[in-house]
Amino acid sequence: MLELRGITAGYDRRAPVVRDVSLTLAAGESVGLLGPSGCGKSTLARVAALLHRPDAGTVVVDGTEARGWRHRAPRAQRTAFGVVFQQPRLSADPRLRLRDLIAEPLRATGAPDGIGELATAVGLSDDLLARRPHQVSDGQLQRACLARALALRPRWLVCDEMTAMLDASTTAALVSVVEDYRRENGAGLLAVGHDPVLLGRWCDRVVRWTDLAPGSGPTGGGQAGRGM
Amino acid sequence: MTPLLDVRGLTVRFRMPGGREVAAVTDVSFELREGECLALIGESGCGKSVLASALLGLLPGNAVASGRALLGGGLDLTAADERVLARTVRGRRVGLVPQSPSAHLTPVRTVRSHLRETLRELTGRRGGEEAAAARASFPADHLDRYPHQLSGGLAQRAATALALVGDAPLLLADEPTTGLDRELVERTADELRRHVDAGHALLMITHDLAAAERIADRVAVMYAGRIVELADAARFFGSPGPRHPYARGLLDALPERSFTPIPGMPPELDALPPGCAFAARCPSATDACAAVPAFDGTVACHHAPEASRA
Ligand code: SF4
Repeated sequence: MLELRGITAGYDRRAPVVRDVSLTLAAGESVGLLGPSGCGKSTLARVAALLHRPDAGTVVVDGTEARGWRHRAPRAQRTAFGVVFQQPRLSADPRLRLRDLIAEPLRATGAPDGIGELATAVGLSDDLLARRPHQVSDGQLQRACLARALALRPRWLVCDEMTAMLDASTTAALVSVVEDYRRENGAGLLAVGHDPVLLGRWCDRVVRWTDLAPGSGPTGGGQAGRGM
Repeated sequence: MTPLLDVRGLTVRFRMPGGREVAAVTDVSFELREGECLALIGESGCGKSVLASALLGLLPGNAVASGRALLGGGLDLTAADERVLARTVRGRRVGLVPQSPSAHLTPVRTVRSHLRETLRELTGRRGGEEAAAARASFPADHLDRYPHQLSGGLAQRAATALALVGDAPLLLADEPTTGLDRELVERTADELRRHVDAGHALLMITHDLAAAERIADRVAVMYAGRIVELADAARFFGSPGPRHPYARGLLDALPERSFTPIPGMPPELDALPPGCAFAARCPSATDACAAVPAFDGTVACHHAPEASRA
């Protein structure tokens, strides 16, 4: 079970983008978190994946309360999560060949090198694995980032707008990789996005940010409905 | 009536180090009329952005273009020299609605200052910023804001206002809805449609099928550098649906349809297979597909169903 209790978080303590939000995911459950961009849902996702320390509140991962964040999180907790972000180019080291990019987490933990299966699962050929990020398309790079997220066999996946930049077919392909993995491993999923049709089709249930966090929310959203 | 934009046999090749050649755009032909929106759809790397660059005269130095792209029956955009393009075409005859507008705006200048300079440059007039902003529904009380103070939707409107200043008859929108929320996608699409209804011709390059469905009169599907289908939008998204197997696969991949991906990935543009570039992924492929299927003006496939009259 993944429990977020009373989370307040942001980048400026005086103006948190997430205020007192709670959300619980059952083991193996997939939850879509739906909201407009800039509303704070990505920050909550980063807190859930132990990548961002909240100002208040607790995160409980499979019964154990999180006490450290980012590299300070205990290894067993950190590696319980696989995370994929919206923009693969911002989260991929441009110097690494895709093969090494996928193997990055394996190297850090000294786990046996087994990227062949991962590469096959996300549909990357040997030719593509030998290339660097600037030599592949966004969709191909995102496939590599997803394989990297799965490398340590996480129990939880956090996908933050994973397909927002991608075409329909690549979107369906990446979602089916995630779902195959979850079926085989019983992993849970928090999928953050702004497309109700996609999240509704993908996830067991969809939570709207406005219902979850009536007190949080976008600043500067007051222009909606202006003009014609 | 002469079409506003008449593209015939447009081909773009990139010469790469080591003698490699990238076939970015191959033998593309289409027409665009005033008051019409054509959506050019396809996945990233299919050549659609290169096509846009060719139409704006913004191809890099290692590109070789052939074929024609006649604007208003006269000027060939692929052959015009940079001075002509900069002085008389970009902004004046072709307006660009850019991808990621906030990156397109200069961060240290307000929206008013952007509009003022563009107005002076394109019309020689002073003032008129409010009116120019209003054309794209940009609120006058936000004119003195800087780009980072704008929401994604307002940045998009600011960029659209700039694209409209020169009253260019042809608008070219490059992925105008990427990264926007569904609601904002719809609003942006509707606003672009308003400019089409006011008489502009709009070429919208996008991978967002929902946006294309909302706004386009016709749809051109690009795969591996070629247009493989050109169809009426209502028939394409509705009944009888697309005729090309790739286009059918793309629509079927949508979460509101069967959510099934097309197997495999597109070929690399520097290593295109002989024959139909879609053959390796195509459920209908036969031996005949070893030859490149000709584009007959509506579809390029050896086994496309007949166009029904439904
Ligand atoms: S030409 Fe053949 S391989 Fe190409 S799309 Fe048509 S049926 Fe498929």
